Amino acid sequence: MRIVIASGKGGTGKTTLAVNLAYLLAESRQVILADLDVEEPNAGLFIRGDQVLHEDRYKMIPQWKEDACTLCGICQGVCQFHAVIQLGTMIMVFPELCHSCHACSGLCPESALPMVPKKMGTLTHLRTGNLDFVEGRLDIGEEQAVPLIRQTKQYLDDHSPDGAIRLVDAPPGTTCPVIEATRDADFVILVTEPTPFGLHDLKLAVLTMREIRKSFGVVLNRYGTGNDDVLDYCREENIRVLARIPHDRKIAELYSAGKPVYQDVPEARRSLDEIVSWLDETWGKKAL
Amino acid sequence: MRIAFTTRGTDWDAMMDPRFGRTEFFLVFDEKTGVLTHFDNRETGNEAHGAGPKTAQHLFNLNPDILITGNGPGGNAASALEKSGIMVYYGANEMTVREAYEAYKNDELSTV
Repeated sequence: MRIVIASGKGGTGKTTLAVNLAYLLAESRQVILADLDVEEPNAGLFIRGDQVLHEDRYKMIPQWKEDACTLCGICQGVCQFHAVIQLGTMIMVFPELCHSCHACSGLCPESALPMVPKKMGTLTHLRTGNLDFVEGRLDIGEEQAVPLIRQTKQYLDDHSPDGAIRLVDAPPGTTCPVIEATRDADFVILVTEPTPFGLHDLKLAVLTMREIRKSFGVVLNRYGTGNDDVLDYCREENIRVLARIPHDRKIAELYSAGKPVYQDVPEARRSLDEIVSWLDETWGKKAL
Repeated sequence: MRIAFTTRGTDWDAMMDPRFGRTEFFLVFDEKTGVLTHFDNRETGNEAHGAGPKTAQHLFNLNPDILITGNGPGGNAASALEKSGIMVYYGANEMTVREAYEAYKNDELSTV
C-alpha cells in the first residue's frame, strides 16, 4: 500500500500528518516513510533512528569534448531545456538545467558529448523499531528535483521491508516533482486548510489528481479557523473529507520541538484514527 | 562599438526591460554606422526553462561588444555571457533606451 501525502498549498501540514501517521501505524505495523520533498525535506527533523545508509547521489550530464566536436549544432537543437547551447565555436553545458535525457549525447555524430556523473544530492535511510525513514536531499543550487525523487523511489522499491506500508511526504504545488512523487500512489491524501489560499490551491491539486487518475481524499487541517468554503467545495465535488484536525496551539508547540503530536493531543489522535480506520475499511486490513 | 540594450520596444524612446533572459527585445546600436536595429526575443520569454542561456545565445549572434540591461543577468546567463566576452553594464532600470545610453556614456552604470 502506497499512500502519498500531498497538498496544493505549502505549509498546510503535510509533514505533520505524514510523520504522525507513520509513528501511529508503526505502533502495530511495518512502515516506511519517505520524504520526497527533496528541495526542502523536513520530515527527518522528527525521526531519530539508526543510520542504515547515507550516500551521495548523482545524475548524468553531458560533457563537451572540444577536440571531437564539429560544431554541427544538433545537440543544442534537440535540448528542450536549453541546457546545451552553442556560442560561436564553443558548446556550453548548463548542468542545473539538464534533465539527463541523453538526447544530445546519443544524437551527437562525433560522440563529443559523453555523459558523466555529477553529484546532485544525498540519500539517507534511518530505522527505528518498525519505522524505516528514507530522505532524498537535493544540493543547494540544483534546479532539477525529479531525478533525485526518481532515484529515491527506486531505492524504496529495492529496500522497503516486506509488507511495509509506504507513506510519502510529497512536495507542495502541482508541478513535475509532485507528479513524480504521486504517480505510483495507491491513494493520495491532500492536506489543506480552511482559508481562501487553501481552497484555491486545493482546487489545483484536485484537478491534478483527476488528470493523473489518482484516488484521493482531503484532510482539513487547522479546522476551526477560516471558513467553511473548503467543506462546501468538497461536498459539491463529491470529495471525501477523511478528517478535520483542529487548530490547536499545543500541536504547534510540539511540532516546533520536533515531536509527534498525537500522544498528547487527543483530537489529533482521533483524526488519525479516523483516517486509519477509513483506509483499513477501504483498502482492507491485509493491504494496509 | 556595438551596444545592445534589453528593451520593451524598438526605438530610442522605448523603455528598458529590466530582465535579461526574458527581455522582450534587444536593440543594437552600432556607434560606427549610427544604425539602430532590433531583435524580437518574446518567444524566449515563454520558455519554461533555460531562458537565460537561450537569450545569451541570441545576444551572442547579434555580435555586440557591450550589453546594457537592468537587473543584470541570472546565474546561467551570466556564465554564458562571461564566456562570450560581452561587457555587461547593469542598473539601467526605469529608463528609456536613450537615457540608458546617456547613463552609460556618463559612466553611471555598474559593470559586472
